[in-house]
Amino acid sequence: MFLTADRVSYTYKRRAGVESVKALCDVSVSIPRGSLTGLIGPNGCGKTTLLKLLSGVLSPDSGSVTLDGRALATLSKRQVARRIAVVPQETHPAFEYTVLEMALMGRHPHLGPFQLEGPADLAIAVESLSATGTAQLADRSYMSLSGGEKQRVIIASALTQSPEVLLLDEPTASLDLGYQLEIGALLRRLNKERSATMVMATHDLNLAASLCDTLVLMRQGRVLADGRTPDVLTSATVKQLYDVEADVRVHELAGHLTVVPLGRLG
Amino acid sequence: MITLDTTETDESHLPHRTVAMSIRGRLVSSLIGFGAIAVLTCLLAPLVGTTPISLRRVFDPSIPFDQNVDAQIFFVARLPRVLAGALVGSALASAGVVFQAMLRNPLATPFTLGVSAGASLGAMLVIIFGGTLALGPFSTVPAASLAGAAAAAAVVYWLATRQGRAISTSVLLLAGVTLNSLLSAVIMFVQYLADFAQVYRAARWIMGDLDIGGYDTLIASLPLVVAAFALFALLPSSLNLLSVGKDAAASRGVDVPRAQRLAFFSASLATSAAVSLAGPIGFIGIVVPHLVRLLVGVDHRIVLPASALFGAAFLVACDLLARTALSPVEIPVGIVTAMIGGPFFLWLLVRRS
Repeated sequence: MFLTADRVSYTYKRRAGVESVKALCDVSVSIPRGSLTGLIGPNGCGKTTLLKLLSGVLSPDSGSVTLDGRALATLSKRQVARRIAVVPQETHPAFEYTVLEMALMGRHPHLGPFQLEGPADLAIAVESLSATGTAQLADRSYMSLSGGEKQRVIIASALTQSPEVLLLDEPTASLDLGYQLEIGALLRRLNKERSATMVMATHDLNLAASLCDTLVLMRQGRVLADGRTPDVLTSATVKQLYDVEADVRVHELAGHLTVVPLGRLG
Repeated sequence: MITLDTTETDESHLPHRTVAMSIRGRLVSSLIGFGAIAVLTCLLAPLVGTTPISLRRVFDPSIPFDQNVDAQIFFVARLPRVLAGALVGSALASAGVVFQAMLRNPLATPFTLGVSAGASLGAMLVIIFGGTLALGPFSTVPAASLAGAAAAAAVVYWLATRQGRAISTSVLLLAGVTLNSLLSAVIMFVQYLADFAQVYRAARWIMGDLDIGGYDTLIASLPLVVAAFALFALLPSSLNLLSVGKDAAASRGVDVPRAQRLAFFSASLATSAAVSLAGPIGFIGIVVPHLVRLLVGVDHRIVLPASALFGAAFLVACDLLARTALSPVEIPVGIVTAMIGGPFFLWLLVRRS
């Protein structure tokens, strides 16, 4: 296994007026190299927390995360960032960075403290922008872009990190149907052509069913089931996850599983 | 490793200007441009004043210094003031850049977090109750304002880190704004207790004044400013990522708590040194960074050094105006920066929305 979490637990500490929240409890996942794994479950089930543990942004209270046999805790933040990149749901910079500047920030873990990006770094950023179809936007202000363009630029910035693993947190959540399909196709292409290992948290079961080889189903901070998508995505698991009656079957035209919600259970 | 397949790149779409003008080129040209403005301003400013002097006479080696009135005016009366302006302008502009990035708020100023209110209270206490206190080689008012600034910074830092290792920027902002109004109330109360002459001196201090009277105070603040700038040098690429977002920074290898601490301490140090030297001169910390961003873009590796240089030039120029506009009367420089900075700031606000 390439990226694994071994019995990790995490609790958000008590803050002013907010009680402690146990976000993850004894969670174990194994992500094979080159796979595209979906992380699904209801709001607050711990998907985002698990992604933050897998990317080393948070450290588990107990248990460990390993990448290629090495515990993340033994690597520096910079070393981790050279191998694992994160695509968040939305990114709101405080200043009007250009698209190229946003992409070049992905080179940060590869540069020394006083080192500026050289031609090689620029070439990697331009290639990443091209791969996500955003090179023609290079000089535009990131904030002036549409939602779909922004998300493609953020994916380009993550690719500019030259990572082995891409962790995506609901990358299509704020996008319309057209952009959702576009980002989906982009991820599938990056996964197949570049054998990138990807873990994607999503609420969109149909997107997950169409893209992911394997799924991890989470509920209340624990793993409910994991395995190959056709094995674990059933009307029974959808009912367990969301208390929703759903029709789950292979769509003839789409060629993959589709989930049609029929109603919420009392 | 996700290697990139270049067969389907569309580099032809990429504007050539972007590729041609690398970060290195932009940095060098900004440093040369803003550096030239700063040096020229600092050289020309001491020549202008109520008494006209000639640069040739100032540097004429054939006239002994004690007979060379032009050189005396240049070096004794005007140069310390110009250098103080350069130091203070540079420190406040840089601190503004750092606070804006760290707080992810383009409207933050070096005074947002209460450092200047703490410094003002310290100065007020000495002006009004201090009498003839003396602190060895240090003048008492700058020393007290420095202590006040450090105390204010310590309080907001303590409040913002009570809930863990990382600084909570929302608590930092709220605590700073609250501390500002709390300390302003205390300052008014202290002034209420004082007599007219003391209140006049106190009010005059709060307006900001670069007439520091000699090189001693300047030399005393220099180590603090130099230390702050040495720390600033470690920051720019982290500031870019912090201003994009904490998680974005963390996932690209930035040690976020460390970068935030470094940003907070260096910017507070620079602000404290500047305010203790010349009083709370407003608007430099917000006008200069925004002007620089309009000219060179928002990359902090360029904005920070460019603001440091342009801040020096801007305050020296404002002080020149303050000295000469209503000559022989001098306007406090804080009034000039606010009169130029205020309208500009409002224009920025309108433009943003």
